Amino acid sequence: MSGITPPRLRLSGIARRFGATVALDGVDLTVNPGEVHALVGENGAGKSTLMRILSGALIADAGAMELDGRSYAPRSPQEARTAGIGMVNQELAIARHLSVAENIVLGAEPMRRGLLDAVEARRRAAAALNELGRPDIPLQAPAGRLSVAELQLVEIARAVALGCRIIVLDEPTSSLTRADGENLFRLVRRMRDRGTSIIYISHFLEEVQALTDRYTVLRDGVSVATGLTAGVNPGDLARLMVGRPVSDLYVRSARQPGDVVLAVRDVAGARRPVSASFDLRRGEVLGIAGLIGAGRSELLRTIFGLDAVRSGSVRLGVHAGPASPAVRWKQGAGFLSEDRKEEGLALDLSLADNLTLPRLGWRVHPRGLAIEAAGWLDRLGVRCSGPQQRVGELSGGNQQKIALARLLRNGADVLLLDEPTRGVDIGAKQNIYRLVDELAMAGKAVLMVSSYLPELLGTCDRIAVMCRGVLGPARPVSDWTEHAIMLAATGTAA
Amino acid sequence: MPDDRHSPRRRNWLHLIAAGGPVVGLVLVCLLFGILRFRTFVSIDNLAIVLEQTAVIGIAALGMTLVIIIGGIDLAVGSVIALGTVVVAVLLQHGWPPVAAAVGGIAASALCGAFSGLLITRLRLLPFVVTLGMMGMLRGAAKLISQEQPIYPDDTWLNLLMKIGAHGAPPIGVWLFLALAVLAAAVLRFTRFGRHVFAVGSSEQTARLCGVPVERVKLWVYVIGAASGGVAAVLQFAYLTGGDPTTASGYELNVIAAVVIGGASLSGGQGTIAGTVVGALIMSVVANGCTKLGLENAVQEIVTGAIIIAAVLLDYVRRRGI
Repeated sequence: MSGITPPRLRLSGIARRFGATVALDGVDLTVNPGEVHALVGENGAGKSTLMRILSGALIADAGAMELDGRSYAPRSPQEARTAGIGMVNQELAIARHLSVAENIVLGAEPMRRGLLDAVEARRRAAAALNELGRPDIPLQAPAGRLSVAELQLVEIARAVALGCRIIVLDEPTSSLTRADGENLFRLVRRMRDRGTSIIYISHFLEEVQALTDRYTVLRDGVSVATGLTAGVNPGDLARLMVGRPVSDLYVRSARQPGDVVLAVRDVAGARRPVSASFDLRRGEVLGIAGLIGAGRSELLRTIFGLDAVRSGSVRLGVHAGPASPAVRWKQGAGFLSEDRKEEGLALDLSLADNLTLPRLGWRVHPRGLAIEAAGWLDRLGVRCSGPQQRVGELSGGNQQKIALARLLRNGADVLLLDEPTRGVDIGAKQNIYRLVDELAMAGKAVLMVSSYLPELLGTCDRIAVMCRGVLGPARPVSDWTEHAIMLAATGTAA
Repeated sequence: MPDDRHSPRRRNWLHLIAAGGPVVGLVLVCLLFGILRFRTFVSIDNLAIVLEQTAVIGIAALGMTLVIIIGGIDLAVGSVIALGTVVVAVLLQHGWPPVAAAVGGIAASALCGAFSGLLITRLRLLPFVVTLGMMGMLRGAAKLISQEQPIYPDDTWLNLLMKIGAHGAPPIGVWLFLALAVLAAAVLRFTRFGRHVFAVGSSEQTARLCGVPVERVKLWVYVIGAASGGVAAVLQFAYLTGGDPTTASGYELNVIAAVVIGGASLSGGQGTIAGTVVGALIMSVVANGCTKLGLENAVQEIVTGAIIIAAVLLDYVRRRGI
């Protein structure tokens, strides 16, 4: 090769508006061959819109795209794939009833005389898995039997089988365990070393730091910074994302724990938890750490009556014994689900309906409820057009505020929060930490499950670690480090 | 996530129709038939006939609206109506007073709904399958009870329910339909039960998390759906002046069509009583108008089918803004 090699991908001045909303307002992005490029930004900064334009799902209003020096303007996802750009979305696009091999060649099935060439399909699928270093995944197994991590691998294999030169990974580790995440990193590095360019979208800035070569930050639809990842630290990136310093991200006032309001003794559920005991006091935030699958969510669900209690006792205030969710609300408990879209909120219902659902009188006054809801929206600073707006139209952070406001509106004194900051941007996270602190200071009791250790260490008073369904003792946060929590969570504690 | 909803380029006449919803559709079909057959279509007498033809389907559609809002379906409603007419007829034959016979017919229908509802909530069977089975079973039960013959008991005041009055005054059944529609709309909007119905249809998991007694709400909705089929059966009995095990065959599809034309979503969470009333009116106006035009039954069926698809299409335009 002579002369200067053009970059693998060059986007310049990409703009796109939706009606009156400007989603992208001039984005530049350059990705080199064999590079892992981080694309970071708050929710709503325009990452998804940009990736939809890159993958042919949307067409830009302005700007130019070049792929390996040639003009690139896909009119459909199919065209983008043929040109060599593969997308692996957060929500995996897997046909669960088809086999692994069929999934890998999906949409590009090899044909012979008008019929599917199954032998060639298996060969291509095997070659792709081999290139990814995972020939052990069974080609003929129905995809539904694989784990989430393996499904993700199948999706990556699909892009590899197509010979994609650029693979976009959108929040790939959000549903993976730590070990699976490590494997994914190895895989990404392996692909990079073979010359594939990876665009890596993530909220986890430590991950970006560890894995990527260069970064581009989007803010309000504009690319505000780009450079070598080695030259910045996560704090710098966070500051670039929000456009202001985030030094006081976590908030923990000096709290005075009061009486015990939730006493859990040897509680076991159908499968998880196996055994859990703790006391939760007024005015304190108790964190529960652990790996995915350790049974943390199930513990909260069992306490709240969403899952059955097999043995053990739960005492909430003066009320002893198991109870249904309806009774738990009446007793002054509230539950925030980790799955906001499916369980936490009814996306098609209005903000007012979502807020008021747990506690309604026999007769309902729609206007009165709307006025009441408007007060809560105001108090939490929810950005919306009004209490009658559909929850599904809000951004992730604002949705989460609605889910939290529901607990407050319905008089919850004991707040069971399952991953309260999942999928929300850093600005919304800060708001949530502030709110949790205010609530604890106001004498409410908070039980918080989180997979993000800095958050637990920064906001909780005490932390207990769950491992394989068994909850360890709750100890003051000063006794813990990230390392100690990981040891306890993986069952290797000394 | 922003979408194309507000893109001004894409606004056109389709959106204007869609924005008005089913009411615009009703006005359009009325105008069409009014222009084509002014003398026979536009008259007080014909209005009364159209309303009379709407009452049975319309009342059953009120209950079906709730069933569809919770994301369910009830294919048995035609058979419930047939069984209801037979039960009323048999009870009258046994010397029950008319009120007791009517209440008996409605109660029998409600029991059928309770049975479907229990199978759906306790055993977690699919509503489509359960009510498909019930459709056959109840039709068969109606035939067994009546020994496969229509039953014509002695004349009672029940038969007056569907009698068009002097000077084309609509029959009592029509007023009953409108009164029940107002009641159903009020229940959906102004009671906790109504909010729970929408919550269950929109997201069962969220409803459960919020302490909504999901199974109980569903069970009651199937009971209400079948009971409204029972009320429709009383009117059908009055219309036929007897019980007939073969009547109302295929009505379940007309009832579901009325609800869907009215803007309810088969995936649950959406639907209004006003829409359903208009949807039922559209169905009977089209049937009536086609008759006035001298079109054969086959053409009527094609037109009705096309309207169902058009309604869903317009609804899609309104919600997604293609």
